[in-house]
Amino acid sequence: MADGANPESSAQGSGETRREFLYLTAGAMTVVGAAGAIWPMIDSMNPSADVLALSSTEVDLSPIEEGQSVTITWRGKPVFIRRRGAEEIAGAEETPLADLPDPQTDEDRVEKPEWLILVGVCTHLGCVPLGQKTGESRGDYGGWFCPCHGSHYDTSGRIRKGPAPKNLEVPPYVFLTDNSIKIG
Amino acid sequence: MSFKTNNKVVQWVEDRLPLISMGHHTLYEYPMPKNLNYLWNFGSLAGFALVTMIVTGIILAMQYTAHVDMAFNSVERIMRDVNNGWLIRYIHMNMASFFFIAVYIHMMRGLYYGSYKAPRELLWQLGVVIFLLMMATAFMGYVLPWGQMSFWGATVITNLFSAIPVVGESIVTWLWGGFSVDNPTLNRFFALHYLLPFIIVAVVVLHIVALHTVTSNNPLGIDMKGPQDSLTFQPYYTIKDLFGLGVFLILFAGFLFWAPNYMGHPDNYIPANPLSTPAHIVPEWYFLPFYAILRAVPDKLGGVLAMFGAIAVLFVLPWLDRSKIRSCKFRPVARVFFWIFLINGLFLGYLGGKPAEGWYVVASQIATAYYFFHFLILLPVILPMIERPRELPSSIHEAVLKS
Ligand code: HEM
Ligand code: FES
Repeated sequence: MADGANPESSAQGSGETRREFLYLTAGAMTVVGAAGAIWPMIDSMNPSADVLALSSTEVDLSPIEEGQSVTITWRGKPVFIRRRGAEEIAGAEETPLADLPDPQTDEDRVEKPEWLILVGVCTHLGCVPLGQKTGESRGDYGGWFCPCHGSHYDTSGRIRKGPAPKNLEVPPYVFLTDNSIKIG
Repeated sequence: MSFKTNNKVVQWVEDRLPLISMGHHTLYEYPMPKNLNYLWNFGSLAGFALVTMIVTGIILAMQYTAHVDMAFNSVERIMRDVNNGWLIRYIHMNMASFFFIAVYIHMMRGLYYGSYKAPRELLWQLGVVIFLLMMATAFMGYVLPWGQMSFWGATVITNLFSAIPVVGESIVTWLWGGFSVDNPTLNRFFALHYLLPFIIVAVVVLHIVALHTVTSNNPLGIDMKGPQDSLTFQPYYTIKDLFGLGVFLILFAGFLFWAPNYMGHPDNYIPANPLSTPAHIVPEWYFLPFYAILRAVPDKLGGVLAMFGAIAVLFVLPWLDRSKIRSCKFRPVARVFFWIFLINGLFLGYLGGKPAEGWYVVASQIATAYYFFHFLILLPVILPMIERPRELPSSIHEAVLKS
């Protein structure tokens, strides 16, 4: 050009950076493209629409007597429903939070104190704790006992002793009437 | 390459695809140290086991149904109605155990004779990769019959991933394809159980390429220095490997025909029930030492890390052991600690099969600590300070003549 720039060196210089720029952007686009192509395949392994569609269950509570427990299935997992007696409720409410590895009040875990509703899956590695049937061990705290690696849960389903890190999960549920709930 | 032929057809193929000369090289003229003992048989035995698993597995897959409502019954049908189905399934079941026996002995051989040391680091690491893939394959295979142990083993092991902070739960849901171990899980485990053995074959090929680049170690742990130190593979080691295979198969037949369920667990003949966990769940015997390590740590994430760490240390072992001497024959202190390590490992296996209560817990904590002490402190720090190795012989040939 007329301004006398050295055509060779400028061509070389800009050629270098331009090539690097092209490598970089092409490389980045390839990665984005590959990730975009792989994601649908990975995501296909996540829960499918039919699995998600099964995710709510209605339960009639009227046949359950005080002190009785029943187990129902929700999303392929057991859900524990226990109709607690006054003593169990009082015990759960009076437990000092300082005694709990995963502190949570009993009020935060129930809609109505009489009805304790829990996902019956140990928060350690997923076994089903014992304590639903009469005669099964309920552990040191009168709730549930997981035999797999020895976790003890109390009458609010809170972890008290053993390797499980968390309280038994409370599933999302609503009371449809006084005597029936919808889980999920 | 010394392969020569007068056959025109063979030569024509050779000029285009040198398969025959490759085979000739690896199975015929390949030089092996002449002082190998029977511990060097277990590599070829593991290879035989892998082929057996693939052949019997493919035949089983023709009769098996990967659906939660049908899997258990389809396996029972294999046992009762399919011609020789019982035999094929029992071979698959028991050879899985024998595969692990062969591989464990193979690995212990490597530990004792320092076969992981330069220049065999990659060879050793490929072996650890094979071991990991085998464990994944066997775990998923055990889920397929959909018995109680299948189901609860799958539940406990997949739940290990929930220990990962933040994303753990999403990963577990993704692994399951649902909110618990269920039909999508069984389906994908079957797909992967079919796939992984072929990946293992590919890694075995790399393992052998690496082996043939660096050649076999031997009980003395010194290099071959010339033709006087070696023997050709054929006929010396082909026949020795075949003889070993005969012995292996006699023992195998003992289990296969007289105690086919000895190494299994009776609860797996109860159909899976997602609402009731068996009182005492245990994995297959070959996982027990690692299961003991998992349970020894009272913290969930800590236990998972310790278990995977137990295998990770094997991966970096070539750099943890700082002695230049390979064979424990010439390492008076390391040799003693090798046996302690082995007994400790067996003890961990024993503990893994016991319930996690009472003294078992304390014992597995001590044994776990010792496992890591061996790799992380004893080998890299203590042994270099206290051990004075014995003098190495100048060559394999000389040592063989003397004995
Ligand atoms: C690394 C090689 C392999 C190992 C370690 C392995 C291990 C196992 C184990 C432990 C079982 C459970 C046996 C039982 O308790 O019933 C199993 C089952 C099964 N495997 Fe494999 N396997 C391997 C290769 C294969 C291959 C290549 C196939 C081909 C598709 C296959 C197909 C099956 C089938 C269909 C079952 C279910 C039937 C049954 O339970 O017997 N396996 N496998
Ligand atoms: S799964 Fe319940 S204690 Fe481990």
